[in-house]
Amino acid sequence: MADYHVPPVEDDIKTPSLKIGTMAHLAPYPATAKHMDPMGFPGERVENWQEKGIEKLGELLKKYRSLQVYLDICVKCGACTDKCHYYLGTQDANNMPVQRAELMRSVYRRYFTPAGKLFPKLVNATDFDEETLNKWFTYFHQCSQCRRCSVFCPFGIDTAEITMAAREIMNAIGVGHKYSVEIIGKVHQLGNNLGIPKPALKGTLEFLEEEILDSTGHDVRLPLDQEGADVLLVAPSADFFSEPHIQSLMGYAKVFHQAGISFTISSYASEAANFGMFIGSYDQQKKIAKRVVDQARALKVKRLVVGECGHAWRVAYAFWNTLNGPLDFLDPRYPAPQHICEFTHDLLKRGALTLDKEANDPYRVTFHDSCNVARATRMGPNPGGQFEIPRELIRAVCNHYVDMDEETVREKTFCCGGGGGLLTDELMDLRIRGAQPRVTALKRVMESDKVNFMALICAICKAQFTKVLPMYGIPMEMVGGVHQLVSNAIQLGANKGVV
Amino acid sequence: MLTFLVYIVLTIFLLGFLSRLFVYARSPAPLKIATTPAPVTRLGVAWRLLTELLFFNSLFKADKLAWAGGLAFHGAMAVVLFRHLRYFIDPIPAFFGPLQIIGIVAGIAMAAALGFLLLRRLVFERVRYISSQADYGVLFLLLAIAMSGLLMDFVLRPNIVAIKTNLMSMWSTVTGLPPLNSAGDVVFLLHLLLVAGLLVIFPFSKLMHAGGLFFSPTRNQVDNPREKKHVNPWAES
Repeated sequence: MADYHVPPVEDDIKTPSLKIGTMAHLAPYPATAKHMDPMGFPGERVENWQEKGIEKLGELLKKYRSLQVYLDICVKCGACTDKCHYYLGTQDANNMPVQRAELMRSVYRRYFTPAGKLFPKLVNATDFDEETLNKWFTYFHQCSQCRRCSVFCPFGIDTAEITMAAREIMNAIGVGHKYSVEIIGKVHQLGNNLGIPKPALKGTLEFLEEEILDSTGHDVRLPLDQEGADVLLVAPSADFFSEPHIQSLMGYAKVFHQAGISFTISSYASEAANFGMFIGSYDQQKKIAKRVVDQARALKVKRLVVGECGHAWRVAYAFWNTLNGPLDFLDPRYPAPQHICEFTHDLLKRGALTLDKEANDPYRVTFHDSCNVARATRMGPNPGGQFEIPRELIRAVCNHYVDMDEETVREKTFCCGGGGGLLTDELMDLRIRGAQPRVTALKRVMESDKVNFMALICAICKAQFTKVLPMYGIPMEMVGGVHQLVSNAIQLGANKGVV
Repeated sequence: MLTFLVYIVLTIFLLGFLSRLFVYARSPAPLKIATTPAPVTRLGVAWRLLTELLFFNSLFKADKLAWAGGLAFHGAMAVVLFRHLRYFIDPIPAFFGPLQIIGIVAGIAMAAALGFLLLRRLVFERVRYISSQADYGVLFLLLAIAMSGLLMDFVLRPNIVAIKTNLMSMWSTVTGLPPLNSAGDVVFLLHLLLVAGLLVIFPFSKLMHAGGLFFSPTRNQVDNPREKKHVNPWAES
């Protein structure tokens, strides 16, 4: 466990030569019956798991065009081989996107294509056996579903789709990943990933109200379960308890306060995150997301706003409407759902906020595009708004901003190394290595532009970086939310909100 | 005999290719998964797909050598295929005259690009590692087709008029072997058999990327999930 390897950080991101099996040892902790049963997954590996697994693959091929097409059409051009942060950080051949997908493709060919049935050797078709399942469990938990490979693939093959399918197949035969499955259980029990019960949540919010009152002299409220509020704010639950997340939560509250728009947090839907996506389960995604939509109706709000969380924004932006929509009971004048950055940016454009950039003068800021926001969603009406709106917000609240190397930002951004359900201690070695490309680009602007703050809008990125950056000799205070900067700069009481 | 073979091959290719496309078209896309930034209109998506098809935009971002080799090969092959229409049309339209030289240059470019792609597969560690026998097999097959074609242009010329007459009659009769009066005629037969082989494996191999591209949800979806409810056909209620 404590055997961490921190890869060297050079001036530039270099593609290392490949090695076989450098990460073959690092499988996550398996889920037990305690975690699997409540999900309706078998508590342990089923007896006829090979047959069941192949049957499940067949079922998914009929349900997902992405899977069917992507298993068929890869031409092995190699364009993706140097695009995955886990490959760059581990050199493990199976962490090249094409090889990761090949773990499933070889099984697909064996059971679903004439060539694989007739000439398995010629086309690299393999049986779904013990060895293959082991590789699946290991390497499909070394993909953060960041979709960087899908940007570069000439056919848009998205390894995230294949990883999700693999995890769903494994869950169906009773081979689950403890971390993700356990967290989903907590959502169903207590409403959030961290398992915070309502009294604790209430206590935290009251504490934060006092904190803001003490530091600013303004009575900024963080209401809980308040029926009839204008906005239901759905934040990642880390925002309630973790540093630096909590700073952004205070930032959101100040923006609402200053705009004079009432909002509420829900104890029943106190979680924006949706790990149903990570395990590839449509049903779980729908169930988890339903809590939010049900609460929006129950609390009679007019708008839904989502806090700083990458994959949560993907599920909210791209999937909510399909899963539990239409959201036509909300005010049609605003996007439903709306990202907190869109919300604040809109207020900024309408002149509702007074901002003191100098409050952030100690900081020289860069922005880390989180993968799900960058490659799976949009903000505002125009493509690419997900890049520009957060940057415009940052520029509006601080004087010193610089982008990292253009090959590592916007749609080409590198994952933090902890996304996709991998933010768990037993995978720490992978997380450290996977952060290497991002750290390389960050270190460069730290040296060239004296950058000392990396702003971002993802709860997982925040948790991952605060843990992993120190291993590279970078202080954890370096990382914080965009609304942490907004929180510093916003002038409460300076200007009275919007109509 | 050969006529019979050609019909069988064409049937396998057409039915196989279309049935794969049918499978892709029929399989549902439950969720919106466009790789963003993505177009927000259908016209924008059409443009995205067209430029991917013509210029390999994504590959250009990813790998300049693969892009150059791939684009050269596909572009040259398109010209070569077009030039081949002269063997199936009678009378040949006038513009095929000046096209002849362009077609031959394209044939050379096609073979050269294939050679480059093969070399790339062999030389670069990561690409070599991911290549299976089937990947080399397809390259060799295409290379053999291109080389046998060029061989007929430059060295062993078959009796093309006789072959064309024979070919044209194949569409209406079930008789006839091509004339085998010279080495060139033998090369032609080889060329034809190699193409037949390629067409037979087409629907069962990675060659399905032709056509498959248009069904890729990350590329063919409009980025409008908030504006318009995307319906999952297999969702309950």
